This record gives sequence, C-alpha cells and structure tokens, in this order.
Amino acid sequence: MSVEAREARQPWILLSPALSAVALLLFVPLLFIVVYSFWLRTSTGADQVGFYLDNWQEALTDAFYRDILLNTLKIAGITTLVCAVMGYPSAYFIARSRGNKAMLLLLLMLPFWISYIIRTMSWINILGVSGALNSLLLSIGLIGEPIQMLYNEVTVILGLVHFLLPFMVLNIFVSLDGIDTTLEDAATSLGATRWQAFLQVTLPLSLPGLAAGGLLCFVLGAGTYITPLVLGGPTDAMFANLVFEAIITQLNWPLGSALSLMLLAVLAVLVGIYNRYLGMAQLMKGLG
Amino acid sequence: MSSVHLKNIVKRFGSFTAVHPTDLEIPEGHFVTLLGPSGCGKTTNLRMIAGLLDPTEGEILIGGRRVNEVPIHKRNLGIVFQNYALFPHKTVAQNVAFGLHYRDVPKSEIPGKVAAALELVQLPDVGERYPKALSGGQQQRIALARAIVTEPDVLLLDEPLSALDANLREDMRVELKRIQDKIGVTTVFVTHDQSEALAMSDKIVVMSAGRVEQMGTPEEVYNTPASEFVANFLGASNILDATCRDVSGGTAQLEAPLFGAFGVPAAKAGGVSPGPARMVLRAEKLLIQPPGTTAEGQVQAEARIETVDYQGQTVRYFLRVGDTQLQAINMIDERPFEEGAAVTAGFRPQDCAALPVEAPR
Ligand SMILES: Nc1ncnc2c1ncn2[C@@H]1O[C@H](COP(=O)(O)OP(=O)(O)O)[C@@H](O)[C@H]1O
Ligand SMILES: [Mg+2]
Repeated sequence: MSVEAREARQPWILLSPALSAVALLLFVPLLFIVVYSFWLRTSTGADQVGFYLDNWQEALTDAFYRDILLNTLKIAGITTLVCAVMGYPSAYFIARSRGNKAMLLLLLMLPFWISYIIRTMSWINILGVSGALNSLLLSIGLIGEPIQMLYNEVTVILGLVHFLLPFMVLNIFVSLDGIDTTLEDAATSLGATRWQAFLQVTLPLSLPGLAAGGLLCFVLGAGTYITPLVLGGPTDAMFANLVFEAIITQLNWPLGSALSLMLLAVLAVLVGIYNRYLGMAQLMKGLG
Repeated sequence: MSSVHLKNIVKRFGSFTAVHPTDLEIPEGHFVTLLGPSGCGKTTNLRMIAGLLDPTEGEILIGGRRVNEVPIHKRNLGIVFQNYALFPHKTVAQNVAFGLHYRDVPKSEIPGKVAAALELVQLPDVGERYPKALSGGQQQRIALARAIVTEPDVLLLDEPLSALDANLREDMRVELKRIQDKIGVTTVFVTHDQSEALAMSDKIVVMSAGRVEQMGTPEEVYNTPASEFVANFLGASNILDATCRDVSGGTAQLEAPLFGAFGVPAAKAGGVSPGPARMVLRAEKLLIQPPGTTAEGQVQAEARIETVDYQGQTVRYFLRVGDTQLQAINMIDERPFEEGAAVTAGFRPQDCAALPVEAPR
C-alpha cells in the first residue's frame, strides 16, 4: 500500500472507536426517538405502533408548549447575556495576567470537581428561608422575618449563570489569549486610548470566542431541567422539564419524543446559523 | 520631529535591574541605533521612550518636554514592532489610516494621506488587501507606513528587520534609511545586528547588561572601541595583553609579547597610562602573508595557520603565534593559505587600538 493511501486511511482507523460509540449511543437512540414520536399513547397506557401525527400536532399547536418554549429561550438568552457581561472581564484578566495563568485556569475549573446538582442545591443553603443570607439579614436587623428569595425566575437564571459562567470564561479566554498584546500597544502608540484600543482591536478579534461561549451557554442553558427543578417555582418550568414530565412521570414516550425533537430542532437551527457565520472550529478551540 | 533625552534613567523589574543609570541624548532628526546582545535592555529603553513602561528613576524628555506622565497615546510617536503588529481584521488601508482617526485630520484627507504613505513604501496597490495576504517584507513596509503617516515626532523601531530573511533584510535596510532620510524624523532603532547598526546609523549606542558601553558614530565605535565588550561585539577582534611604556607626542608606546614594541596613535589609546594595557586588533587588520615577507611599517610575527574558514570573497584564518590563537579575516588574493602553513602575520601599528585593563565585573 502506498504511503498516501495509508495516510488517508489512518484518520478513519483512529476515529473508528469514537465513531462507533457515537453511532451506537447517540445516533441509534435518536432514531428510536424519531420513530417513537409517531406512535400513539392510548388511554389504556399502552403505546400503539404506527404512523400518527397526533403528538406532533399537539406539540406544535398547543399554546402551552409554545409559551414554555419561548420562555425557555428567553431564560437561556438572559443567562447567556449575563454570562457574557460577567465572563468577559474575568477572561480578559486571566488572559492578560503574567505567570499565574495556569493557576487561575485551574481555579476556573474547580467548580467542575463538584457535582452540578450539589452546586445547584447549594443555593438553597444560601438563599433559602433558613439560609445564610436570611440569617445574616436577620442578625443585623435589616429584616424582621425571613424572606423567601428562592423559587422564581431570577434564581433559575442565577443557578444557570453559576453553572455556565466557566464555559463562557474559558471560550473568551481562548480567544483573548491568542491575540498578540502588541496589537493594543500598536493601537495606543497610534493615538488611541486604552479603551479605544480595546474597542477597535481586542474586542473585534475576540468576538469568535464570545460567540462560541454564547452558543455553548445558550444550548446548555436551554436544555437544562435540573436548575428549574431545584431553584424554580411551579411556573418556572423550562422545556426540558416538559420532556421529563412526559417521559418519566406520565410514561408518555411518544409525546415526550416529539417534544424533545422539537427542542433539538430549535437548537440545531441556532447551531446551524453559528456554523454558517463562524464555523465549528472556533467552538472546538474553546472546548479543548 | 523632536529630540529625545533619557536623563539618568533606571529601570528595575522587582529586584532585577534591566537598565542601569543611563543618560542618552538623541538630537533632532538623527538616526540612532541601540545595539547590543539579546537581553541587554534595548527594548526596555525603547518601551520607556514610547510610554509602554515607566522608568523607575529619571526623566524622559521629548522635544525638551518631560513626558514621564504623558500617556503613550499623547506622545505622538510612530512605532514599528518586531512582529509588525498589523491589525489582522483591518485592511491595509484601514491599518494605515488608524492613527489618522485620532488626529485632527479631516476625514476627506485620510485616503490621500494613506495613498501617499503606501506610495512612500512602494506598495501603492495593496490597500484593499488584508495583512495576512502580504509577504513578511510587505507587512514590514505597511507597518512602517502606518507608523509614519501620522508624522510622528519620533520613530521607534524594535528589531524591525530581524524577522525577514537575509536578502530581504539588506534591501529593507536601504529602503528604511531612504525613507528616514526623506522624512527626516528622529529615529531610535533597536537591533542586535552589528552590520545593520553600522550601515544605517548616525550614532550607535552599544549596550551591554543594561549599561551603555559606548556612544559614537559607526566609525568611532568600530575603530576606537571604548571597551573590550565593544571590540568583541562589533566584528571579530584579537585582544591581547600588552604593556604601555610611555604616552607622549600623540603616541602610546606599547609592547606586546609576540609582536615586540610599537606605537599606537594616542587617539586610539584613550585612558591608557604606562603599565599593563590591552591591545585590540581587528581580525581584518591582521594580514597573513607568505613566510619571510617584510613590509615597511608593519609589526610582524611568525605564525602557523590552524584553521581555514573559506567564505568566498574573504577567508577567515585561525592561527597560532607562540601559544596564542589569533584570528584574521583577509580578502582572498588568488588562493587562501592552507591549514598548517607557516606564514608571517603583520599589522600596521596605526590600525591597532589600546584599552586600559578592565576591572573584572
Ligand atoms: N516585564 C519584565 N519583567 C521582568 N523582567 C523583564 C521584563 N521585561 C524585560 N525584562 C528583563 O530585562 C532584561 C532586558 O530585556 P529587554 O529590554 O527586552 O532586552 P533586549 O531588547 O535588549 O533583548 C532582560 O533580562 C529581560 O529578561
Ligand atoms: Mg528586544
């Protein structure tokens, strides 16, 4: 076999374990879900095999689902925005710090050593009726009665920001770290103030990282169901909670399948738009 | 255009002193080169002039005005960075126009000035391209155009040619000097390359380990080095122990173990007084001749060639005289001597310089 032929084959040989795993564990189950979504759950509780559009009709026309979908996108959007605003300065600080970059990045990764669920639950100890914040406010006499700060949209967003901020920081960091600092020096030497230099040079060059971080935060945020479950009130359900409800609680796999495919489709469109304008390579940089 | 004066500048990073007390005056319109090995503090000096670093002690004056407290964007400088630092997301024209937006240049005049600057660097047609689409030498020219289009008071260049390959570097050297002559801007040029420094500068400042070793015209630093460091850094030199017998009548009488007694012009023996001294002989001033040659006015010694390093136009010999190794770089006349050949090595006393013995540092 020629060298070229061997080199051409090599990537496929190396990729085959991963490709088989993806095919078996992701693609095949996804196909099941697609098939399920056309079945019908009868009143007896048994699934009727066939090609029914009932689930899709319900998912696409019921205002209840539409409102929750819109609300989910809104919460994911706000979360992404907050992460961007909070994450950019941190990423900038890490990227421009001398020497202890590795240490700062390690600190950034530290939260991942603790389960996401535990981290989410920790807010109950902070904001709950008998939590730390209430105790503090009571002890300094600012309030007479403990106040319920949990179980609303704000706490859901808080929990999501807590969860997603490191992803945002990491992505922006990767972008900023790749920008030559002498570019800012050059800009200021030409008469721009440091702020103008940032706006004219650093910010535009870091937009790919910001966009990649934004996409990750949005997709992960929109797909979450634990945060609204733990920190949200009865009216704060997000779309994934509906899927959870349909499949786990009501055991209605066909409807749950249709709903989950709907969310998947919406997020896929977003990823598609991102890919069209920025390319997936940038996202991979931020993950690696 | 302005003069630049570093007045008793010191720069420390923590406990490390990168620039020891330095006093440096660069007259208006001059082309001054900071020359020294890597890590000797050239960039640090340049960045202090630019306002990218604060001096720990001392004053920086530009055009006679103290600028220590003036931020970089108000110093009206042009800087060319070693890696060019062109903005990758802006076109060449946008790069060149960048500084004009922060000056009182009417918008309608910007395209004209950009075109003139691109013309000056002989790249009139690349305005719409992005820097990535240009070669290294072209990027270099654009960086220069961007730095001078704003008519800066001072032009600072930090090893601007070192990223180019050898041929291009020599072309750009001539080009850069032509442009500097044309616009007459006060220029501080940083390099570790002695031939660049010698070819381009009005004055060379030779630096070592954060200190100025010597400042002078290229001829001065080359022909009358002020220290052994300068003698070694600019070209190849033989530095030998000698004894000074007497300094009088414009001549310093030296005696060297291998070559005997001879007189060196006092102008080339600054600071030498009777007693131990060092003689400095440039490798190209040591002439290798067939054995037994006698030449009027030459100080000579018998030698044996140890190594021949053939370089085309010239040849570099390592030779042994007694127990000392010397090097000589000679033009090739017909064919070079061969290894092991017995020869006569000689020099004219006026080509030799003398230095006082330096206290160890
Ligand atoms: N920000 C800094 N912090 C600590 N040391 C530095 C810093 N910048 C430069 N140095 C040190 O100062 C010395 C001079 O550096 P530099 O001016 O860059 O040298 P050159 O340009 O002559 O190669 C070097 O030893 C370098 O390591
Ligand atoms: Mg340097």
